[in-house]
Order: sequence, then C-alpha cells, then structure tokens
Amino acid sequence: MNVNALIPTVDWRALAPFTIVVCTGIVALIIEMLRPRRNNNLVVGVSLFGLLVAGWSLFGMLGGPSDESFAGMILNDRFGQILQLVMVGSCAVCFLFSEPYLREKRIPFAEFYPLALWSTAGGMLMVSSKHLLMVFLGLELLSISLYCLAGMSRYESKSEESALKYFLLGSFASAFLLMGIAFIYGETASLHLGRISEVLGAASASPLSTIGAAMVLVGLGFKLALVPFHQWTPDVYQGAPTNVTAFMAAVSKVAALGALVRFLWAIGTLDTVWFPLMWWVAVATMTVGNLAALVQNDVKRTLGYSSIAHAGYLLVGVLAAFSAPGRVSLDATAFYLISYAAMTIGAFAVISLTASGQHEGTRFYDVRGLWKRAPWAAGCLVVFLCSLIGIPITSGFFGKLLIFQAAFDAGLPALAVLLAVNSAISTYYYLGIIQAAFVTEEGAVAPRFGKPSASLNLACAVCLAGVLGAGLFAGPLIRGMGTAEVGPPVGVPVQDPLTIHTKNTSD
Amino acid sequence: MSGFGILTAQIAIPLAGAFALMLVPNQYTKAIQWIAMLFSIASFAASLAILTRFSGGTYQMQMTEAVSWIEPLGIHYRLGIDGISLWLVVLTTFLNIIAVWFSFYVKSRVKTFFVMVMVLLAAMLGVFLSLDLILFYAFFEASLIPMAVMIWVWGGSKRNYAALKFFVYTFGASIFMLLGILTVAALHRNLTGNLTFDLVSIQKSVASGALWAQAPHLQALLFWSFAVAFMVKCPVFPFHTWLPDAHTEAPTAGSVILAGVLLKMGTYGFLRICLPLFPEATVQAALPMTVLAVIGILYGAAVAAMQPDLKRLVAYSSVAHMGFVVLGIFSLNHIGIVGGAYQQLSHGVSTGALFLLIGLLYERIHTRLFADMGGLKAKMPVFAALYLVLMLSSVGLPGLNGFIGEFMATLGAFQSGIEGAYGLNLLLPILAACGVVLAAVYLLWMFLKVFYGPVTNPLLHRLKDLKTHEVVMVGLLLIAAVWGGLYPQTFLAPMDRSLAAARLMATSAPGERPSWADSGVQIAEDGTLFGPSEGPLPEFVIESSSPSTVGVGR
Repeated sequence: MNVNALIPTVDWRALAPFTIVVCTGIVALIIEMLRPRRNNNLVVGVSLFGLLVAGWSLFGMLGGPSDESFAGMILNDRFGQILQLVMVGSCAVCFLFSEPYLREKRIPFAEFYPLALWSTAGGMLMVSSKHLLMVFLGLELLSISLYCLAGMSRYESKSEESALKYFLLGSFASAFLLMGIAFIYGETASLHLGRISEVLGAASASPLSTIGAAMVLVGLGFKLALVPFHQWTPDVYQGAPTNVTAFMAAVSKVAALGALVRFLWAIGTLDTVWFPLMWWVAVATMTVGNLAALVQNDVKRTLGYSSIAHAGYLLVGVLAAFSAPGRVSLDATAFYLISYAAMTIGAFAVISLTASGQHEGTRFYDVRGLWKRAPWAAGCLVVFLCSLIGIPITSGFFGKLLIFQAAFDAGLPALAVLLAVNSAISTYYYLGIIQAAFVTEEGAVAPRFGKPSASLNLACAVCLAGVLGAGLFAGPLIRGMGTAEVGPPVGVPVQDPLTIHTKNTSD
Repeated sequence: MSGFGILTAQIAIPLAGAFALMLVPNQYTKAIQWIAMLFSIASFAASLAILTRFSGGTYQMQMTEAVSWIEPLGIHYRLGIDGISLWLVVLTTFLNIIAVWFSFYVKSRVKTFFVMVMVLLAAMLGVFLSLDLILFYAFFEASLIPMAVMIWVWGGSKRNYAALKFFVYTFGASIFMLLGILTVAALHRNLTGNLTFDLVSIQKSVASGALWAQAPHLQALLFWSFAVAFMVKCPVFPFHTWLPDAHTEAPTAGSVILAGVLLKMGTYGFLRICLPLFPEATVQAALPMTVLAVIGILYGAAVAAMQPDLKRLVAYSSVAHMGFVVLGIFSLNHIGIVGGAYQQLSHGVSTGALFLLIGLLYERIHTRLFADMGGLKAKMPVFAALYLVLMLSSVGLPGLNGFIGEFMATLGAFQSGIEGAYGLNLLLPILAACGVVLAAVYLLWMFLKVFYGPVTNPLLHRLKDLKTHEVVMVGLLLIAAVWGGLYPQTFLAPMDRSLAAARLMATSAPGERPSWADSGVQIAEDGTLFGPSEGPLPEFVIESSSPSTVGVGR
C-alpha cells in the first residue's frame, strides 16, 4: 500500500485564483459596509482589481502541466483555466457597466459586487475539480448568490418573480444533482470522476449508475438551460436586473458547461445510453431556443432564448469532441465559449442602457431610437448581434466554423446541418433587435433614457475588442488554447490519491 | 508565398475611404461627398492599373497574393485575378463612381451612407478577388450588411420588410455554402493530409479526379449546397422573390449597385466555384439549371409587363436578364459561357443605367408609378433620348451591349440543344429567344407609358430636363453600352482563356482537366489545351503539408 498517496498534496498555487476572488468578495463586502453613502466606486475598483489579479494569476498558470491537489479535490488543467479566465473576464465586464445601471434604476444594493464575486468563485470551483462534491459545492455557491442577485431590484415584481422562480426550480435541480451523485456513489463508492469512470468502465451499466448519471445530467442541464430544462430561462432572464442577466448568461453557463464536459467524459462508457439522448437534447435545444425567440417582444427575453440556442450549439461542439477524441479537441467549444461570453455580455450591456427609473424598458418598442441616443453603443450592439448570427469576420463566425468543422470531423454531419438551419432561422430575430434599435418609425416617440456613461462605453469596447479580436486573431487564439496538445486532455483521469488502485487510463 | 500587392490595394482603398469618412465630422457634408468620390476614383484607377497589368494570353490566376491568416484552420488570405473576375472588378469600381456621384442627392445621415457604400465596395471586390474559399465566404456575407443597412435606413416605405427579407434569404442560403466549403476542404484533406481552403489546390485535386473518386455520391449534394447560395443571389427563378422588394425599397445608389454588381456575385460563383470544383455534378445539373433559367426569363418578363411601378418593372426584368447569364453558363459550350459572362457585364451597365435614370426621375417627381407619368418626352427630351438608348441596350438591340450577351448565350444553348449535349434540347433556347421578344414588349410599353401620351399629372408641367453633370453621369454608362455593343472584342479577349478553362474544368474527363496550378499548360485559340509536356496532364501527386504548396504560380 502506497502510504504517500494517503497524504494529500496541497498546492495553494492551483487554488490561488479562486482564493483571490473569494477574498476580494470579502474585502468588497467590508468596504461596502463602511463606505460613504451613495458611492460604490471604491467597491467597484477593489473588485475589478481583485479580478485583474485573479485573471493575471490564471494567465500565468496557462500552459503549465495539469495536476490534481488537495486530495483530488482540485484539478488544475488547461481547459479549466481557460474557462476560469472567461468567467473572471465576464464578471469584470459586467461590473464595468453595472454601476451606471444600478444608479439609473436606483437599486441600493452594493452587495451585488461581493455576491457576484462569490458566484464567480463558485463557477471557478465547478470547472476546476473532478470531484463531484466540489462540483456540487461550486454549483451551490454559484446558484445561491445568483438567487439573491436575481431578486435585488426589490420594488419590481418581475425581479421578485424571477428570483423566486429561479430559486424554486434551481433548488429542485440541485436536489436532482445531489441525488444523482448519491446514486453514483452507491454504485462506484467514489465521488471522484476519474475513479467513477474506471469503475463504470469495468462493469456493465447498472440501473443505479444509469439513473444516477441521468439525474446529474438533469441538474447540470438545468443550469445550462438545455431543453427540456429551459423553461425558467426566459422569465428569469427577463425579470432579473440586466446586469445580473448578463452575468448569468455568461458565467453560470460557462461553469455548467465545464462541469458537464467533465461529467460526460467520466461516464463515457455509458455513451450508448446518453449519447443519442444528448444528441436529441442538442437538436431540441437549438431548435426550441431559436423558434421561441422568433415570437418574443422583449429584447431580454429574446436574448434569453438565444442563449438557450447557443447552449445547443455548444453542446454540438462537446458531442463532437467526445465522439472523436483523437481528432477533434475541445478547442472549438472553448473558442465558442469565449466568443459567446463576449457577444452576449456586450449585447446585454447595451440593452442595460434603456432602463430608466423603475422601468426596465427592454421591449422592442422601448429600444427604438437607441441609435440616436447612444450611437457608439448601438453600433457595438450591431457587431454583437452580427456575431451572434455568425457573420464573418466576427468571432461568432469562427466559433460556428470551428463547431461545424468539429461536427464534420467527428462524423456528425446531421448536427452540423441542423446547426446551419438554426443559424439561418436566428438571423430573423437578431435583425429584429437591430431594426428596433436603429429604425425609428415615423411618429413613434423614442422613450427617454440617459446618455451612456464612460464605463458602459468601456464595457462595450472591451466586448467589441473580444468579438473582433477573437475573429481577426482566431489563429493565435486557437493555437494558444491547444487543449489537446498541452497536458493530458480533459478526459484522461490523473492520479486520484483518495483511491489507491488508480492508474492512468484514457477513455 | 508572396505578400500583399495590387489586389490588396484594390480592396484596401475603399476600406481606407470608409475610415477616412468616419473621421470627418457629420456636418461637413460637402467634404464627405468629395472624399467618397475621391476614394471611388482612386479605386477605379487601381482597377485600371490591374487591367493594364493583366495578360489575356493565359487562363492562370494572375497577380496572386497569399498571406497566412488563421493557420490552425488552414485559412489563408489569398487573392488572385483571372479573366472571369477582371471585368467584374472594373465594372464594380466603375458603377461605384456613378453610384457615389448620384448619392450627392442623399440628404439624411450622409456620412453613414457613404461609409456603407465604401464598405460594400470593398466587400464586393473581395468576393471577386479572393481565392480562399473561407475568405470568399467572408466577403460574400460581409456584402450583406452594408446593403441591408442601405435599404433599411434610406429605403422606401416598406424598407423593413424588404431589408429583412433580403438578409434572411441570402444568409439562410449561404450558410449551406459554408457547410459545403467545409466538406470539400475535408475531402481534400483526406486526400492530401493538408487542411486548406485554397481554391487552386482543391481544384487541382478535382482536375485529376482524385478528390471525387473518394466520395462520388457527395458531389451532387455539395454542388447544390453552393448552387442554392448562388441561385438566391442571381436570382434564379424560385428564389427571386427578395429581389423586387429589395430593389424597390433600396435607395437609387443601392439599386444601381445591387443590380449592377451584387447579382453578379451569384453567377460569378457558378463560374469560379461550381464549374471547376464539381464537374460531373455541373454536367448533371445543366438541364435543371437551364430549365430554371428559361422559366426565369419568361416569368420575369411576364411579371415585369404587369408592374405599375417603374422600379419594380426593371427589377423583374433583371430576373429575366440574369436568366440569360445562367442559360449561357449552363449550356456548357464556349460560346454560351462567353455569352453568359458577357451578359453579366452588359446587364450591369444597362440595368444599372436604368435604375440611375429612374432615380434621376424620382428626384424630380417623387413617384415611380406609371399612373402619375405620361408625356415626359416633351418636358425632358435629353432624358428621353438617353433613356431610350439605354433601354434598347437592355432589350438587346444589335449595336448595343445587351445584344451580344443575350445572343451568344442563346446561341450557346442552341448549339447544345442541337447536339443534344448535357440533356438539353432545342425547346429551351427557343423559349429563351421568345423572352427577348417579351423584353421588347414590356420595355417599349414602359417607354410608351412614361414618355408619350398626354401630361395628366399637373406636377409634370414644372419639370426640368437633366443638368449637365447628370448627362455626363449617364453618358459614361452610355459610352460603355455603345462600346460594348460595337466592339465587344475589347472585353471578350481577356476573358476568353479563363472561360475556356472554366468550361474544360467542368466538361473534360478526369485527368484531362486544366488546373490553375499547372502553369505550363495553356489554352490555344481554338480552346484546346497545350503545354510543354504535349500530352495528358501530369498525374496528381499527393503532396506533403509543406508551406510551398501555398504559393500560386503566376
């Protein structure tokens, strides 16, 4: 018996970004309590600084070898690092445009910043572990903060409805996840995905493990808003304050996708059961998201459905990478996540401009004349929407291109074709938003909204740089990601100190 | 691998113009107009420079440029020009000058308008010049946005509907082209182990027959995935419904560019991509495509005759005239293809001119309905004269440019019909020829209704004839129309070899097809291949993924 294996290695460096974000949240909360009235600037400044440091430390870790520490609780690999970077960046951009929005809507809730930071930390935990307990912990940290955030506009019934709906359905999904984890533990006697994969691989599929896996997928699918677990999305997205919606659409989706990828890889031996199922889920997610988006009359709702559709596109990339492990890497998915985060947050940031007073003002009718009030932001909005459509040379185009390619290479042409059909459908409602923002009908009175603040313009500029930069410099970016080249790929379980008989296997 | 050159400059000039315009404050309308004009002229000058450097004696790509762009995906920035694209580039920059000149009339959001015109110009030139399939797709799609914005912001009363329809139609069709591009590249990679979207290398493996030998059943499917995108753009009969709406609602400059250049991106796509890459499928598709083209000719003419709106009439006539282009191309013999390619140019000039004239009229009387017109000849004699000549060039009167293209295209279809080649028969060209007669009917009707009869509209009494600069504007197009009708050789000679090569790429047997990559092989006057090797083309060799395969022989 290997005694050394029983003494867990503790690599604080691997946990540094997470720690920094959590501590920043604590510091931000303290400052918020002591702050001079009516001024959050210091809170925002400290939060941004903390995120910057976290991002910097993550960036420094990129390219290092992947390893596990804390007794297999924390995994430090490239895929997780990229996802964490996306989350940290998304959170920072959300902060940039949150302050003017909160002021305009008179939401006296500076706890937004610490809560969002902890939520981000939860997401970071979710993607940087192969231990189901940590995944659950991260998910709860992410979700509970988000439940509070969704309801932070306390005088708006929509916001309260959004919070309650999200909380009730979210806890239901968490219960599913937990139950599923328990089932899987019952079958495999381990919570570590590496070990689980091994045990499942050795024996034929039992009902217990199948049901357990299905329940975990339900829990994660809920977070990712996959059809048929998507019903909460439009209501929650519409009701929550716009900055929270942007945060939710980016951070919580990235985190859930990361966890889903790790879980699917671990239950790879059960793929005869789940692969066809997920295939149909991907198709349904794309199609339902796009078709439902066609008939909405609220921009936030439309973008909510659009984010469902994009989750479907991402799932196509994931399935392609799973079914052809040697040839297709997760690069396509990771690239798409980056571009998705940039364009979605950008779009929400611009839409946050239309709020005034207690009025959210995001119906198509309300955003009319945006072009006149805020030409720069409206121009950016066009680029973001073009990217969501997938027009060259935006990053959305290259993201789709990569996913198409991945699907073809993996021998899933039907998914690629369905994705193409869906892209074609989606043009209609994205153009509808552009039309609402740009084309003021004669006689229609454009509603009042304030001039965009400098920090919102900055947020737009950052997202614009992300969308166009990732498009023009897609080559270096993809090469830099290299999830397949550097370190063992996600699917390969590394040494698991908790279980002694582990050996390296690839699935 | 060569760096940037004159073709990049050709694309960069309008882009630089767009940036320069963005820097000018909104209120300096005059400066904005003249800067746009300056860059348009510079762009035209660049295309003339290309023209002088161009050699008509070869079908190879000339002035090629290749710079690596997204290497992990095998995407490169590759440009090149041959006889097929040469005149389209010149036509584009030429019509752009006219469009910019006319757009001095635009009063609202002047700066944005000219920025859009410049971006559109760059995108269209990019389509004609790119040799990388992804780059081609990127420009193909990029041209959508400025055009849609032009319709949206400066369009007529139903502009929302028209712009949305235009965008959704064309984007929806071309996304399948993207899938096609990826599949073709994947097949090429299976063969050579080298992921590339380079048209020249992919065509090389098609020419040897190796590419399709691995997946013969896919060829037709992939052909149609490209063809649908191009058919929507052209537009070919069942996919034409966006065109009348877009044309009617677009501002005049937009209509001129749309009719003059944008539609040609579709037929250009057939010549540049479908024929060389999908030979067997092209031959199989000759009959259905020709049938659709003939339906388009007759249907377009019939519907045009019934229109109450001047612009809508010319828009439907475009459907008919572009039908001749498709007819010529898919008759798959030399005279037909040359006719089709020539018809592209002459349609660009004459229909562009008609839209321009309608725009000039609209600026004066603010209506396009026949009901409000009549008796204009007495009020505007110069306008009427110019209108008559350009309209007759559209009808296809011998001596003007429209005749040459339509005649050659129909002749080509006759030839294939008589031979019974590619499943064609004589009925098709006969019906197409009837379309010429119909064109005469509706265009002369139009002329009658607008220029003769009593003046019923009191507004028309105060009408002024064309100003001098307007006469010059139209006169430029008139010169092009007459030149093209009297001495088509100027335009035909540089195109000839490339068109012959495109045809041979589609119709020859595998292994005997010309390839842009074999710089030694040439095409003689009579359309046969000859080369230093004096025999069948060299066998296809599987090449390693070395960067030396990237460069394209001059």
